[in-house]
Amino acid sequence: MISIENISKRYGDFQVLTDCTTHVAKGEVVVVCGPSGSGKSTLIKCVNGLEPVQQGRIRVEDVEVTAKGTNLTKLRARIGMVFQHFELYPHMSVRENLCLGQQKVLGRSRDEANAKAEALIGRVGLLPHIEKFPGQLSGGQQQRVAISRALAMDPIAMLFDEPTSALDPEMINEVLDVMVELAQDGMTMMVVTHEMGFARKVADRVVFMDAGKVVEDRTTEEFFGNPESERAQDFLSKILNH
Amino acid sequence: MGDFDLSVIWNNLPFLWQGLQLSLWLTLLAVIGGIILGTGLALMRLSGILPLALAAAGYVNLIRSVPLILVIFWFYFLVPLALGRPIGGFYSALIAFVMFEAAYYSEIIRAGIQSVRKGQVHAGQATGLSYWQIQRYVVLPQAFRNMIPILVTQGIILFQDTSLVFVVSLRDFMTASSIVARTEGRLAEMYIFAALVYFTICFAGSLFVRRLQKARTA
Amino acid sequence: MNYNWNWGVLFEEEYLGWLMSGVGWTFAVALAAWVLALAIGVLIGVGRTLPSRPVATLCTAYVELFRNVPLLVQLFLWYFVMPEIVPDDLGRWMKRDMPNPEYVTAVTGLGLYTASRVAEQVRAGINAVGPGLTSAAYANGFSTAQTYRYVLLPISFRLIVPPMTSEFLTIFKNSSLALTIGLLELTAQSQQIAEYTFQGFEAFTAATVIYVVIALGATVIAQILEKYTRIPGFVGKG
Repeated sequence: MISIENISKRYGDFQVLTDCTTHVAKGEVVVVCGPSGSGKSTLIKCVNGLEPVQQGRIRVEDVEVTAKGTNLTKLRARIGMVFQHFELYPHMSVRENLCLGQQKVLGRSRDEANAKAEALIGRVGLLPHIEKFPGQLSGGQQQRVAISRALAMDPIAMLFDEPTSALDPEMINEVLDVMVELAQDGMTMMVVTHEMGFARKVADRVVFMDAGKVVEDRTTEEFFGNPESERAQDFLSKILNH
Repeated sequence: MGDFDLSVIWNNLPFLWQGLQLSLWLTLLAVIGGIILGTGLALMRLSGILPLALAAAGYVNLIRSVPLILVIFWFYFLVPLALGRPIGGFYSALIAFVMFEAAYYSEIIRAGIQSVRKGQVHAGQATGLSYWQIQRYVVLPQAFRNMIPILVTQGIILFQDTSLVFVVSLRDFMTASSIVARTEGRLAEMYIFAALVYFTICFAGSLFVRRLQKARTA
Repeated sequence: MNYNWNWGVLFEEEYLGWLMSGVGWTFAVALAAWVLALAIGVLIGVGRTLPSRPVATLCTAYVELFRNVPLLVQLFLWYFVMPEIVPDDLGRWMKRDMPNPEYVTAVTGLGLYTASRVAEQVRAGINAVGPGLTSAAYANGFSTAQTYRYVLLPISFRLIVPPMTSEFLTIFKNSSLALTIGLLELTAQSQQIAEYTFQGFEAFTAATVIYVVIALGATVIAQILEKYTRIPGFVGKG
């Protein structure tokens, strides 16, 4: 469904991504991990065109993301994205956050949008908070709202950019639980995260990146059982021994 | 239009240059006076002594609510009256600008002082420094370093403001340009020239501020 | 200090009338210029943040041009120079037939000048909203126009209420420059009373008090506006 082929990207002199290739099949959950500054967040932002690339090709289903003249707005409406710092619209209530895209982008009626919002917010257990503003919720609650906001658009795939790394430790699980459920429902997901427990539990494949390159791209069991590269072994030993 | 006569500028260059010198002097002296008085006002507001803080706040808010032209009129009227003798337009204008700009500078300086972390004051106190020593050696040097770009920006604004001495016919660059414009009947040439001169100086100043800010963040 | 106090002069019909007329013109200039400044300032400010390079450059040029020339010079350019350099017919019309030329010029000059200051506040407000929310809006499938309409502008307008209040006060104060092209607004009237009656103290005090009352009024309104538009739990990233 998502195919990334040989993409490279520079900011001025700085090479952020070098010749990266990976694929996500329909219904697959792929975790992207690696040390900070390895380019994993940039990679995921290239998938819906938030970051332009200089070389290579990205396709999502039949849409050529990297081609000139592609209607990125239309593509983005079909891919959900969850950010590290939630990025909920602070001037709107939870309900309005979920309804805005449905009404303005998908053209749904107010009633339809509301019904969908309530159903999704109910599923993450936040129905009592639906009229509140983001600033009145905890980090974990905000991130669950952000996931619901993305799902409200009925996405064909979901991108997660370090969804738990801005959270206090006690709130991480409430967000991961929602993500696990989503994975088990068969959602196509690409997840940048350091949560190796999550990767082990639901990921089909793990992509390990370092210094802007894809170093490993293997099934979850292979990656954890027998990482090939020294850098991946090193990374795993650091992160798992904590 | 069509017959732009640039010789009018050339012929009156010495007169215009005198005007520009007056503008620059007025700016420089008013910046210095304004910063000194403004620092005093800022320290008064932050002193924690209520009457002082209220007096300073009252002064600053009063000055900031009225137009500069009115302040210039006020001091042209008040200064000779208070001193019992005329002291000339330049000094009246200078006093007006110092009193006016001090209110604006004090707000900048107050923000600058507040931007110095509380821990710095505590560290000073822990070393046994007095209140004034802490202000003098710890707080103000850091505050001023943070504020330099804004202080310079305010200086550029002040330079533009000096053109308002036109209303009391003090011969700054603006008044000089206007005199030439009217006596020679060359309004378009002279005012466009004045605009270019002001623009060049102010734009150069703002580029300098940008360089200062860049040097700071780099 | 030798001075004959006479506060009564302010309440003599003639001079009271001058003052009131001055207040009227001050409001007329400031409010009309404010409408112009807001409309153009928002456009220019938004323009500076747009991804389009030529648009952003053009808007930056506007701001730099209007910010680096003293307002007084700008007023003179509009008043004395503009009629000379436009086509002859238009110039003749501006000089002879344009209704209320001092007022129109003051509003135009002050409005376009203040627009450059408003533009800077708008740009700063949009930048303060942060790149994260912009990405989120794009990821949500919004077009650039929708992102501005629903996310960036509503948030940044709330953030810039305080600086805009001070711009609003500045436009009142700057409207006094209109006296240089012969518009008898508040400062001019007080100066005129001082000259006619030799009661400078009383005349300038009256003008000062009126300006202070305007400033207080605007500040109170701004505080109400700020309270009314505050977003629960949101602290600007500044």
